[in-house]
Amino acid sequence: MADLAPAATAPPRPRPALDVFRYDDAVVRLFVLATIGWGFVGMLVGALLALQLPFPEANLGPYLTFGRLRPLHTNAVIFAFAGNAIFAAIYYSTQRLCKARMFSDWMSRFHFWGWQAIIVAAAITLPLGITTSKEYAELEWPIDVAITVVWVVFAVNFFGTLWRRREKHMYVALWFYIATIVTVAVLHLGNSMAIPSGLWNSYPIYRGVQDALVQWWYGHNAVAFFLTTPFLGLMYYFLPKAAERPVFSYRLSIIHFWSLVFIYIWAGPHHLNYTAVPEWAATLGMVFSVMLWMPSWGGMINGLFTLRGAWHKLCESVVLKMFVIGITFYGMATFEGPMLSVKTVNALSHYTDWNIAHVHSGALGWNGFMTFGMIYWLVPRLWKRPLWSPRLANAHFWIGTIGILLYVLAMYTSGITQGLMWRAFDETGRLLYPDFMETLLQIRPMYWVRLIGGTMYLGGVVLLMVNVWQTLRHAPRDLSDPAVAVPAVSATPAKQIPVA
Amino acid sequence: MFNRFIKANGRHRTLEGWPFVFTALTALAILTGTVVEFAPLFLVDDSMTPPPEMAVWTPLEIAGRDLYIREGCNNCHSQMVRPFRQEIERYGDYSTAAETAYESPHLWGSKRTGPDLARVGGKYPHLWHVRHMEDPRSTSPGSIMPDYPWLLTRRMDHADLPARLRALRTVGLPYDDATIQNAAALAEAQAAEIAAEVVAQGGPDRLADKEITALVAYLQRLGTLTEPPPAEDDLEPHEIDETLETLTGTQPGEPPTTDEEILPLPPETPDRP
Repeated sequence: MADLAPAATAPPRPRPALDVFRYDDAVVRLFVLATIGWGFVGMLVGALLALQLPFPEANLGPYLTFGRLRPLHTNAVIFAFAGNAIFAAIYYSTQRLCKARMFSDWMSRFHFWGWQAIIVAAAITLPLGITTSKEYAELEWPIDVAITVVWVVFAVNFFGTLWRRREKHMYVALWFYIATIVTVAVLHLGNSMAIPSGLWNSYPIYRGVQDALVQWWYGHNAVAFFLTTPFLGLMYYFLPKAAERPVFSYRLSIIHFWSLVFIYIWAGPHHLNYTAVPEWAATLGMVFSVMLWMPSWGGMINGLFTLRGAWHKLCESVVLKMFVIGITFYGMATFEGPMLSVKTVNALSHYTDWNIAHVHSGALGWNGFMTFGMIYWLVPRLWKRPLWSPRLANAHFWIGTIGILLYVLAMYTSGITQGLMWRAFDETGRLLYPDFMETLLQIRPMYWVRLIGGTMYLGGVVLLMVNVWQTLRHAPRDLSDPAVAVPAVSATPAKQIPVA
Repeated sequence: MFNRFIKANGRHRTLEGWPFVFTALTALAILTGTVVEFAPLFLVDDSMTPPPEMAVWTPLEIAGRDLYIREGCNNCHSQMVRPFRQEIERYGDYSTAAETAYESPHLWGSKRTGPDLARVGGKYPHLWHVRHMEDPRSTSPGSIMPDYPWLLTRRMDHADLPARLRALRTVGLPYDDATIQNAAALAEAQAAEIAAEVVAQGGPDRLADKEITALVAYLQRLGTLTEPPPAEDDLEPHEIDETLETLTGTQPGEPPTTDEEILPLPPETPDRP
């Protein structure tokens, strides 16, 4: 078998020969810059959408209306911002965890530029109204084909690196990367199956109930395997690095990895509670969603407890502060998710802004802050220059945190208010608010509060851009990849703290 | 035994040295739930069988449905009435699996920034929809929906309708050859009818070849595929008159004083069994 490297079975030698090689950090730098740039774009579109809701005059022309921009916002934030962030994390940490350069420089570049081209294609086609309408999979079939090609190249590059690794055992971060790459491929192929009627139009091969189930199998697990597992991998690498502490529990990491990967995939139908899908499917989705709470919190506990004895470091490290707030939001969102999947709660929350609050506490809190923490940790190392202003980074932390809180509190208020108004009856048994408009006018002020919170969070990203830009300006010209010398044979068992 | 698996140098540690076995096991883990959840619905479930009398979208309605998708209406409007009393009172009878059998893609939505549209067909006169798309606040004061004035000016292009219907037939919608070949003509004929009704209701002329007509055709059909075709007879004659008076600005009687009189409200009790 290929993965049993011959060196691993060779007789141990007292002084193993040294392998000298270089990590490919240039591609990591590209992914980091793309993360920041697309993050700004995606969140700016989000702020425009937040303005359009209380102020419909902000819908500009045919191309920049809410209906066309909303998928652009979700795609930009999920696949461009979070996507580039996880690629940066994977390319940086995989090389170090495997003690090997990426399998192919050419594939790394193809992955980077191919992914950016896909994002640009999305940014052009979605405002033009070219969309499949399937949430988080709105891109039409030619772009879906391109995604498949780029993903396959990424997978070959990643598994090739695993194959060539100089470290016998795979650290837990790599398990999560494996789950990400495999499952996203399955989800993308399964959900995007469609019959084209032309270059820019197609119809899914699934209809009605089937299409809804496939869509939310995909939609829910895009959250699981694009926004959760790779970020857990990111956490398992960068948090111990930043805290200089080993991961809390190896056993917990095994248990929560396998239970998370097994259980998550079942949870999709909770998006379809009380709809026309068979009731058994929705109930199954609900049951597995509740079970999912535990493996999710396994990840949170393993992250937070890694800081045991190191909590004082939060005072001086903005990176750790961001990781802690990110993991805390992960814990809150993964408690809230199972709760929202329970049918009685879902009856109230579904179709309301409560869901918007839920996804944003996940996206802004967990994905956003884990990404920012990683960037603040990586930039000084990748550009060989201390961060320009730790104080500015600290300001980013606070303005972002307060922004999220304003955002989610506004959306909780608006979601629960509207949900209750929709179901209110008067004493004669008639709807208390038969006119939908009444319920909308009631929550409209909350849309302004959300805009303020979202704009603050975006302001935090601007501070990040300034900080990174100033750091890069003073970076040395020579950023050539560092040479590394490692024993040709891994003589020691893998440690729980990532070795690099 | 489990402990032997997860202890510091246990079996799982061995597995961590086999990336390709590890990958295969991960794939097995995620495929288990996938197969168990999908297999019944794809292999044995008959909820996808449409009732025999169920109609399929006309070519013009498909064109309108694709406009609905293009403009992203599904981002703010659901099409799925849940089986709760408050939803049935507000929107009409709850949605069933069979009546979505010709939805490729499904447009159930996940957010009600605006009201559910699963049963909007026949609730308002055509002209109401025309005015509402042109300027939502003219029919629904306080609305936060964007204006869609270009729907009233852009020409509807039916050239690729046959290709679209052919693709839909491949995914299972029952279109015969004649419908596919004559799709453009059928669409134009239906559009002419709707445009004439809009004129009769006091609306603007020359909408027959505009996008708005296709969208109105689609909206008026929502929730009625399992019933005898549309749809205006859902409204009492005096309700139509009242709405039209408001829309055309000719108000012979007293001017309306409350929103309730301006907005034709959904019927208070569902009239479907």
